[in-house]
Amino acid sequence: MTDPKKTVSVKPDADQALKARNGRNIALALGLVAFVALVFVVTLVRLGANVGNRF
Amino acid sequence: MAKPAVLSPDTPADTVRAARWQDYFQLLKPRVMSLVVFTAATGLVAARTHIHPLLGAVAVLCIAVGAGASGALNMWYDADIDAKMRRTRGRPVPAGLVEGSEAATLGVVLSLLSVMLMGMAINWLAAGLLAFTIVFYAVVYTMWLKRWTAQNIVIGGLAGALPPAIGWAAASGSAPLNAWLMVLIIFLWTPPHFWALSLYISTDYAKAGVPMLPVVKGAKETRKQILLYSLVFIPVCLAPAATGLGGPLYLAVSALGGLVFLILAWRVFRSDAGDAADPRTGDRALYEVQAPEAAPAEAEAAPGKRPPPVGGAKDARNLFAFSILYLFALFAALLAEAMIGIRALELAL
Repeated sequence: MTDPKKTVSVKPDADQALKARNGRNIALALGLVAFVALVFVVTLVRLGANVGNRF
Repeated sequence: MAKPAVLSPDTPADTVRAARWQDYFQLLKPRVMSLVVFTAATGLVAARTHIHPLLGAVAVLCIAVGAGASGALNMWYDADIDAKMRRTRGRPVPAGLVEGSEAATLGVVLSLLSVMLMGMAINWLAAGLLAFTIVFYAVVYTMWLKRWTAQNIVIGGLAGALPPAIGWAAASGSAPLNAWLMVLIIFLWTPPHFWALSLYISTDYAKAGVPMLPVVKGAKETRKQILLYSLVFIPVCLAPAATGLGGPLYLAVSALGGLVFLILAWRVFRSDAGDAADPRTGDRALYEVQAPEAAPAEAEAAPGKRPPPVGGAKDARNLFAFSILYLFALFAALLAEAMIGIRALELAL
């Protein structure tokens, strides 16, 4: 049975790779959220202009 | 589609670190993107028609992302060339940080996203011009012209010249003659700009097998071509003051800057730039300008410093650096006049 208090040692290279991967994932997530928000706002602006043109 | 990984000879496999998000961002050539954003925004504003500010920003974003996507496709396809040149061997693919297939995928995905968003949010004329620009740069220039002909940057320069017309089309839904005049200015600016650069890094191009003009036709012919293109370029720069595009500020900037441009092009023509290899190469050194008198004394006083450029290399460097400043000033003048509301001149028409 393993000791729960014992910390797992991570090699510096693996640690750096993990950090880099986390950074890439966060950047990708932010990019996707920004894209969705952009499409939403553009839709509102275009809809607003078209509705305005009908009256 | 995947090409074998091409590592720079300076990149030992065991020293390659994990790729960060910044490495993927570098694939988009942010320095080129900033110039594209500037010229596209100028085209958008110079159209002098009303566009919702958010839609204007989305249009410029689409053009920037499209330009970045074609940059990523270029870095994927040209990794073998980039690995051989000092200026480009630190790029993410030849440095072993990013797989070539990842760069290609990023390029294709961003191309599709930028064109589709431009079409749906702005208009399909702007989207079509953006799609044409990406395909022209990634396929016609990168895959065909660059490795095949010494006229590579002359014809390929069209891709870098189109953003003002895309911006204009995004704002107005049309692309009139004045939009194409802005395209023509960048198109004619490209050859003297890149040939001035290639005069002092031609050994790198020769090593990589890229048929740049100094490699194929020699430095003397390149210097002559720089002067000839400059003689055509400067009158075209003055033309917007006669076609209802530029105002008095633009006329002053284009005339004064054009005079300096011609003097620098004449100096390059009379120099021996490109006849001998310039020892100062590298990413930062490309943009350095050397004061003619200060250079030798400075080098003697500090022997550890970078050596001065050989012969006429300083003339080529000066033209290269000034060409960037001149293009920036021309478009800044057009942008400022349109934003302030200065009336355009129509001298001849």
